[in-house]
Amino acid sequence: MDTVLLLSRLQFAITAAFHFIFVPLTLGLSILVAFMESRYLATGDKDYLRMAKFWGRLFLINFALGVVTGITLEFQFGMNWAEYSRYVGDIFGSPLAIEATVAFFLESTFLGVWIFGWNRISPKLHALSMWLVALATNLSALWILIANGWMQNPVGYVIRNARAEMVDFWAVVTNPYGILKFFHTIMSGWVVAGFFVLGISAYHLLRKNETEFFKKCFKIGAIFALVSSILVVGVGDFHAKEVAKTQPTKFAAMESLWETTKDAPMYLLLVPDPANEKNSVEAIEIPKFLSILSGQKEVKGLKEFPPQDRPPVTITFISFRLMVVLGFLFIILAFLALIKFKKIEQSTTLLRILLWSIPLPYIAAQLGWIVAEVGRQPWIVYGLLRTADAISKAVEPAQVMASFVGFTIFYGALGVIDIYLLSKYARKGPETKEV
Amino acid sequence: MEFQIIWFILWGLLWAVYFALDGFDLGAGVLYPFISKSEIDKKAVLHAIGPVWNGNEVWLITAGGATFAAFPTTYAYMFSYLYTPLLIILFALIFRGVAVELRGKSTSEGMKKLWDFWVFVGSFIPALLFGVAFGNIFMGLPFDDSGYYGTLFSLLKPYGLLVGLLFLFTFIVHGGLWVSLRVPDELANRAITKAKKIWYLQAISAVLFFIFTAVFTNLYDNFVKTPVWFIVPALTVVCLLLTGFYLIKNKNGRAFVFSALFIITLFFSGVIGIYPNLIPSSIDPKYSLTIFDSSSSTYTLKIMTIVVIIFVPIVLFYQAWTYKTFMYKITEKELKEEGY
Repeated sequence: MDTVLLLSRLQFAITAAFHFIFVPLTLGLSILVAFMESRYLATGDKDYLRMAKFWGRLFLINFALGVVTGITLEFQFGMNWAEYSRYVGDIFGSPLAIEATVAFFLESTFLGVWIFGWNRISPKLHALSMWLVALATNLSALWILIANGWMQNPVGYVIRNARAEMVDFWAVVTNPYGILKFFHTIMSGWVVAGFFVLGISAYHLLRKNETEFFKKCFKIGAIFALVSSILVVGVGDFHAKEVAKTQPTKFAAMESLWETTKDAPMYLLLVPDPANEKNSVEAIEIPKFLSILSGQKEVKGLKEFPPQDRPPVTITFISFRLMVVLGFLFIILAFLALIKFKKIEQSTTLLRILLWSIPLPYIAAQLGWIVAEVGRQPWIVYGLLRTADAISKAVEPAQVMASFVGFTIFYGALGVIDIYLLSKYARKGPETKEV
Repeated sequence: MEFQIIWFILWGLLWAVYFALDGFDLGAGVLYPFISKSEIDKKAVLHAIGPVWNGNEVWLITAGGATFAAFPTTYAYMFSYLYTPLLIILFALIFRGVAVELRGKSTSEGMKKLWDFWVFVGSFIPALLFGVAFGNIFMGLPFDDSGYYGTLFSLLKPYGLLVGLLFLFTFIVHGGLWVSLRVPDELANRAITKAKKIWYLQAISAVLFFIFTAVFTNLYDNFVKTPVWFIVPALTVVCLLLTGFYLIKNKNGRAFVFSALFIITLFFSGVIGIYPNLIPSSIDPKYSLTIFDSSSSTYTLKIMTIVVIIFVPIVLFYQAWTYKTFMYKITEKELKEEGY
């Protein structure tokens, strides 16, 4: 593979993955902070105000990195993927521009208002600011996933003037692939936030620090985590059916299915062997289950497609399996957290598990993106444009090498600083009660 | 009017608004180490730009997104040709953003020094390089139909650097004025003293810009063809003089408004000059990327026009409200009380 292509792919992968460390928490925690502040206004209970400030500060540390790492992605489309941008810009550029106009302005402006407005605007307007941030953050996910949904399942276009041109904006906006992915993604972010709140509350409950305060936080986190982890799996099921319909190669790779099969079974234990186009282990069969999951009687196998049109199987398969396993684990953990809530401070084992579970929803979200993006290969726009044909022609290997190394080092440093600051303020706990 | 022309104007407007808004917080970041004598001063400067800088930067993202949506071919080539300078701007903006937001959350002196450094460097580099980039676009970039022949260093020609310095000085004056409107008096006076001095450099580089633009670029051709457009650079000069006039009179609010208008009219002088190109080719005009051959389809441009007509006024409305809400003098008491 040529150097510019390989490095550009690696660079996009690390910059997108790094950006998506911060996005999911923003999606969920903005809602929770807004909710806490609203509870304060409704009940007058100062604990809710301290809550909004405590979780709000962690939200801000996280948000600072989310915003700046997002600019990188927009720039990269033109910098590294000029042929892609030229070929699909007529369609792909619009949701990006709309995202900025409709969502980013709202998000950034009202976050500024929230940070600096405590004593300048009315409490109601202040709480409303965070609700607007939450709305805008989730709206921005809608537009970017409409854009990504189009790369997965291109609709509403014709090939004209040597490029894809939009002929039906409505079809692009209502692309079922994009809409399902939108719900699946924001809900995965809510799971991240739910477990973030649960885990940090567990840390303080284990240390008997502000038990009453953190039990309240714990309850909010548990309910939010349970509801969203059920929803994310439910939507995920619909999403998988859509994938099976529109991206048969991705679906076959997710399940490592080589032969086209009627009433396809699912194997709980499976080891792919891509070199020999088969699976070396297939055990614990659930009859017909794959057909049920895909929503199709006959499921297409990878051999149906020429090898140059198939995605990497092992990584897609493992990422998908692991994500699903984690998804069900989240439901169990959130459920346990909720039923044990009354005497949660005594369930030290569960509290410890929840503390160490903070990274798991992050990992699940990353795995989901690996399935989505690696599973789409060798296409950058499924069935329409190959990743290898999308690269910038004017860029030299040395330039991409420099940027790749630069991003790796700088992002590494920022990651360390972020984790340090988050854990510092998470451990510190809320401001002491005013007397 | 054709949609390409509407979008050419909107494209210019988005960049101009970006420079008029983010320009002052970039300028404030450049002034930051030179006007702050104490921790409280530093907090004050960051607080002065704190509520608005992030919203200002979104104009850049929108300008980028609009270029992508309306002129995808230009977006593709502009960003890949200018790969390295854009990368440097990007790194600067990333660290600056993080520094402004996280400085207040760091307690160790070492970390604070590091953030201080990034507030300055991260503001200085974009202020200068945006100017260099547009200076080069005004001159034209060395490309034909088979590729691009420039490097990072080929951008650092005298004219490119001149425009870079013009941007830098302009943003410093703009930033000094903004800071003076928001911080306690002593610090405000220091900011204004600096702004007054830099204004002379700004004026000199503006004069040189108007002279050397005739030497190094073809921007004046459009003005000669349609002399009525000369009103825009004339207004630029008027705004520059009024900025200086009100600076001397210590009417900082008015000076700030004219400084913003200076930026917008200056940028539009360039935009009018390059029409109908988005990126002229310095090798041969026949390779230039024009708005007509690099635009999206009329269908897409129509959709985007509707989006802009509905949403940009809403954005302007709530951003104006934010400016009104935070347009007050920060007190020392407020700075001591808060964690930011």
